[in-house]
Amino acid sequence: MSAQKVVITLDKVVKEFPDPADKGKTKAALHEITAKVRTGVITGLVGPDGAGKTTMIRLMGGLLEATKGTVRVLDMDPIKDSSGLRQAIGYMPQKFGLYEDLSVQENLNLYADLRGVLGKEREESFGRLLEFTSLQRFTDRRAGRLSGGMKQKLGLACALLGQPKVLLLDEPGVGVDPISRRELWKMVEDLAKSGLAVLWSTAYLDEAELCDEVLLLNEGKLLFDGSPKELTGRVKERCMHIRNIEGNRRQLLTRALNRPEVMDGVIQGRNVRILLKEGAKKPDLAELEAGPKAELASVTPHFEDGFIDILGGGPGGHSVLAEQLEALPLDGAVVIEAEHLTKKFGDFTATDDVTFKVTRGEIFGLLGPNGAGKSTTFKMMCGLLTPTSGTAKVTGYDLKRSASKARQQLGYMAQKFSLYSTLSVRQNLNFFSGVYGLYGAKQKKTVEEMIDVFGLKPFLEAAPDTLPLGYRQRLALACAVMHEPAILFLDEPTSGVDPVTRREFWTHINGIVEKGVTVMVTTHFMDEAEYCDRIGLVSQGQLIATGTPDDLKEMAATKENEDPTMEDAFISLVQQHAEKTKGAAKAKE
Amino acid sequence: MEKEKLKPESEKTLRERFGAGFLRRLWALSYKESLQTLRDPSSILVAFILPVLLIFIFGFAINLDSTRIRMGLVMEDMGPEAQRFAASLQGSPYLSIVRGTRKEMEQAVMEEKVRGFIVIMHDFSRKLDRPGEMAAMQVITDGTEPNIAVFVENYSRGAWQTWLGQRALARGEKMPPDIQLEPRYWFNPAAESRNYIIPGSITIIMTVVGALFTSLVVAREWERGTMEALLATPVTRTELLLSKLLPYYVLGISSLLLCVAVATFILKVPFRGSIPMLLVVSTFFLFSALGLGLLLSTLLRNQFNAAQAALNAGFLPAMMLSGFIYEISSMPHLLQYITCLLPARYFVTSIQTLFQAGDIHRLLWRDVFFLMLSSAFFIGLTAYHTKRRLDD
Amino acid sequence: MFHRIYTLIIKELQTLLRDPEGRRFLILPVLMQLCLFPFVTMEVKHNTLGIMNQDDGPLSVELIQRFATAKAFENVVSIKSEAELKETVEMQKALLVLRFPSDFSRALESGKSPVLQVILDGRRSTTGQIAMGYVADILQAYSLERAEALVPGATGASPLRTSLVVRHWFNPNLDFTWYILPSLVAIITTIGALIVTSLSIAREREQGTFDQLLVSPLTPGMIMLGKAIPALIISMSQASIILLAAIFVYRVPFSGNLFLMYGSMFFYMVSLVGFGLFISSICSSQQQAFLGTFSFMMPAMLLSGYSAPIDNMPQWLQTITWFNPLRHFIVISKDVFLKNIDFFTVLEHVWPLWVIAAITLTGASIIFRFRLG
Repeated sequence: MSAQKVVITLDKVVKEFPDPADKGKTKAALHEITAKVRTGVITGLVGPDGAGKTTMIRLMGGLLEATKGTVRVLDMDPIKDSSGLRQAIGYMPQKFGLYEDLSVQENLNLYADLRGVLGKEREESFGRLLEFTSLQRFTDRRAGRLSGGMKQKLGLACALLGQPKVLLLDEPGVGVDPISRRELWKMVEDLAKSGLAVLWSTAYLDEAELCDEVLLLNEGKLLFDGSPKELTGRVKERCMHIRNIEGNRRQLLTRALNRPEVMDGVIQGRNVRILLKEGAKKPDLAELEAGPKAELASVTPHFEDGFIDILGGGPGGHSVLAEQLEALPLDGAVVIEAEHLTKKFGDFTATDDVTFKVTRGEIFGLLGPNGAGKSTTFKMMCGLLTPTSGTAKVTGYDLKRSASKARQQLGYMAQKFSLYSTLSVRQNLNFFSGVYGLYGAKQKKTVEEMIDVFGLKPFLEAAPDTLPLGYRQRLALACAVMHEPAILFLDEPTSGVDPVTRREFWTHINGIVEKGVTVMVTTHFMDEAEYCDRIGLVSQGQLIATGTPDDLKEMAATKENEDPTMEDAFISLVQQHAEKTKGAAKAKE
Repeated sequence: MEKEKLKPESEKTLRERFGAGFLRRLWALSYKESLQTLRDPSSILVAFILPVLLIFIFGFAINLDSTRIRMGLVMEDMGPEAQRFAASLQGSPYLSIVRGTRKEMEQAVMEEKVRGFIVIMHDFSRKLDRPGEMAAMQVITDGTEPNIAVFVENYSRGAWQTWLGQRALARGEKMPPDIQLEPRYWFNPAAESRNYIIPGSITIIMTVVGALFTSLVVAREWERGTMEALLATPVTRTELLLSKLLPYYVLGISSLLLCVAVATFILKVPFRGSIPMLLVVSTFFLFSALGLGLLLSTLLRNQFNAAQAALNAGFLPAMMLSGFIYEISSMPHLLQYITCLLPARYFVTSIQTLFQAGDIHRLLWRDVFFLMLSSAFFIGLTAYHTKRRLDD
Repeated sequence: MFHRIYTLIIKELQTLLRDPEGRRFLILPVLMQLCLFPFVTMEVKHNTLGIMNQDDGPLSVELIQRFATAKAFENVVSIKSEAELKETVEMQKALLVLRFPSDFSRALESGKSPVLQVILDGRRSTTGQIAMGYVADILQAYSLERAEALVPGATGASPLRTSLVVRHWFNPNLDFTWYILPSLVAIITTIGALIVTSLSIAREREQGTFDQLLVSPLTPGMIMLGKAIPALIISMSQASIILLAAIFVYRVPFSGNLFLMYGSMFFYMVSLVGFGLFISSICSSQQQAFLGTFSFMMPAMLLSGYSAPIDNMPQWLQTITWFNPLRHFIVISKDVFLKNIDFFTVLEHVWPLWVIAAITLTGASIIFRFRLG
């Protein structure tokens, strides 16, 4: 391994853009950033959406020019020596930069030609990269038909052509399931070990934890620069599990978060995980009414804890939204029911005989790798797709027969697409309340309540996409719950959102659930999965496991790994199932 | 270059990479662009199916030779002279005559069943033979469509004059000397409007196809995020721009030649020019059309807006102001000056000339000159706005 | 139910009008076309006439002076040689050239009928023919005047005792703007109605908000109504702008019944919205919707009878044009405007619109439901 060398330096870099809201003025995307990136390690560029990660990567790639300060990459100025620099860096933008109509080989050919990788070097590179990414079998397949994970690998392969000295990866893990993310990580780790400088930007804090070094950005400011251990070291001994809880863990979390000594808390399966304030004493479990058997156990701190600590704590456990809702009777009724649900697209069976039930007041999570049929199932449950066979029932109504009645009971929220960017915030609120049948004084009152609860007053005339991410999220939630639905469908609700906003979101969800609302959620985030009461794991169109998060972890426990994380459980259960079906197929032959 | 100092051993490969790379990169990008285009069924639709469909529609739908006009005849007088006039009217190949009462014909005009009618007044025969009185015939046209009204008037006059001549002859009377007009249609002896409408329509079609194509391609790269990846490679502005022009030029010229082939071989419009001249003129016209689309795409970076703008800036002006249906010299002067800025205007004259008159070099090269100017203008402006960075 | 549809309509209008760019796309093309189109006509005005006078008599000169004062010709260029003639026609320096033969005056004076050769440019033969009509008119007037001058009293010459009186109904001076503006009411609004329906659904599909509508209790019928009514509102407002401009700016006399105008316009828009919904029901992206709209709109305009009369088309094509709503409405608009046609005459043009609307709306809703299922 070669000695570590600093190849990228940023010195008091400021980048300003024209402010879309205020013409003629500029808005700083990066404030006086000073940082270094070295060879031989993976440097994580971590922060929520809108923190300035992409801007920073683009500055290093010579795609943007710094307003103030200096950027040096491989001793070059990215703007003045752009032609030299472009030859020496590999850059993978957010959507991987692939041409979807071109095959794998054609994409590689294009980038090889553009980077001047010719002759023997070219053949060698192709062979090496295809083997490295295990894409040999797919060279003729169009990039658009590859799975998310394969696209990502191909994007990486294209960026690696011409043997760059520096690799800039902009959110390579977005929208990709944990299995593919883990594979990609291994590949990049090997590259770093061979002497490359790698900058990996991500909004996933669990990825950050694996980096050798981390640059933590928030709102254009560099909050932390160093090894993740250093950050987690700060919160050492302050992370606790409350175990063996009796009673409702969501209510317990709310109580815990309201304690002065507790900085942050989340639900992890049947346990509640809390982060204590610096120097604070442990909370009294009796006062928290955690039950007689409850105990506190120290756990290893995570990067996320450190991040919350730097930001000064989470949002508190109280949901004003939930207060506005009328409680539904917790009668244990089955409100979501899938019976032998099957969906075929031509020959391909996307969902294969899936059956499950969700009772009132439960959070049910659907998890699974990309393309496993998770979103097909989800879409059938909220009426966006009609099943080929089987029934999907919501509060007793068959979505096929009495669709309109069933839908009146639904609230639906998806991070990507729930709001009209062409309407103002107030117009969105009016629209969604109107569509769900609110009108007149009641509509007015509800909208005003939502504006109050979520603090949307200052943004009423703005377009949703100009809102800070946290507020956009609140607005989306407001639009989904205004008609007080019995069931809330959440499709990857918090992807790309910073942990604090995610906490706040789940505080509301927990509050709503306490009022008897049922929640069905799909997610790639394992910490989100931990909030669920029960999880359905989907793979190859089938529901391969259902149970509480802890049940799933137990199923995946082995001798080598007695206490698997949710991610471990996910990966091992999916792989076990894949091997089983492969075995069965072989046996058939 | 500091980089070369840093690594002297790679100097040669570096030089090779920056210098000779131009053609290789251009080829790679153009190849990619072609693959993308050929694999997208909608581009085949735009390049080949739409043009052929449109040329057929233009060829059959836009016929300005008023072949047959429905006209009414009200005979209030049934005298022999009136009958003779009616016969001369019915003999006209341009008119199909319906007889009826005045009331019926008035209603027929209202319902657009006839375009006008002739009334032979009830005292026609009587007055004709009585000195000092005028025997009147009345022509009523439907003025709501002035073009057709003019045709109705002219055809009626024609029939009237034929009748006058016959009558004079029959009575052995001497007609005042008449000046006869002898029309000679150069290049188009039968004066068929389709012979110039169809070549002219190629201009409209190619304006639309050329601009529509390129209006989408740059915007598409931005929308799909591939532009960013390209910008991070050693690609230069020139290579980027040329790779967006050349493949579509090839596609456009094939589409254009297809149109010319359909026009000559299927629609049987005579083509009298030479192929090389056609290629020269078309090349520069296509460059202007492609340049316009590319400019809009580069400026707007949004497929939807770019396509809509291409339609408004390409199709409508080409249709209305190129002189293909509506004569430019009859427009108000201000409008005539505006048409001078339209590449379509020059291509309409040259392609009509190529089809009907052949290689009239002075005219063609004048048009080529203006088309070169407009190509240079659009492509130059596009180059000026082509970004090599995301923020410049 | 009504307030839900109302909510959808308000949303659609807000979407279209909130963004300044969007407002511009709704208004600017209308204004641009309103300013340009009325001046683009088939009328032949201020053209150039070429004269090749090989005659040395006085009569040709007299005639040439008459040509020079005609409305159709602004410039008269004189041509001296065959080479110059070739150059003039080939380079399109004159719309037509009159060639006076060397014996023109002599022949005319001696009572013979001289032949005047007219050389027309075959590349614009239609305009040439129209211009030639003007030349013929001038010649005829000249002949008659001469005849009258030669035979004073004209008692014996019977031709002079008949006359052909031409009246142009509804448009006595054959003013082209009277024809163009009522037609524009139909043409321009076509673009608006189609774009608003077909592209707005495609945009919602691409942005994912369409899913949001589908998970709500709205029925497909309500969603379709929610797209159709705003399109009607927008395009009927556009039509009103053109109507007002026609009456007050271009001074075209509106002689008909406003109720009939708007009533038939309503059905026209419904049939267009039917096409718009149909296109959007089979498209999944904006690009496809755009191409689809365009592929419908361009033939619809060419086959509307505006640029070229439908009577001149081959019979099979005339049959196809029956399914073109624009063809029917262009006639209604023009005839209500200028002819003040009555209810029953309007009805004759309106019922095809009902048939078209019924077909496209049914088709759209079937495909709509099918795609949801």
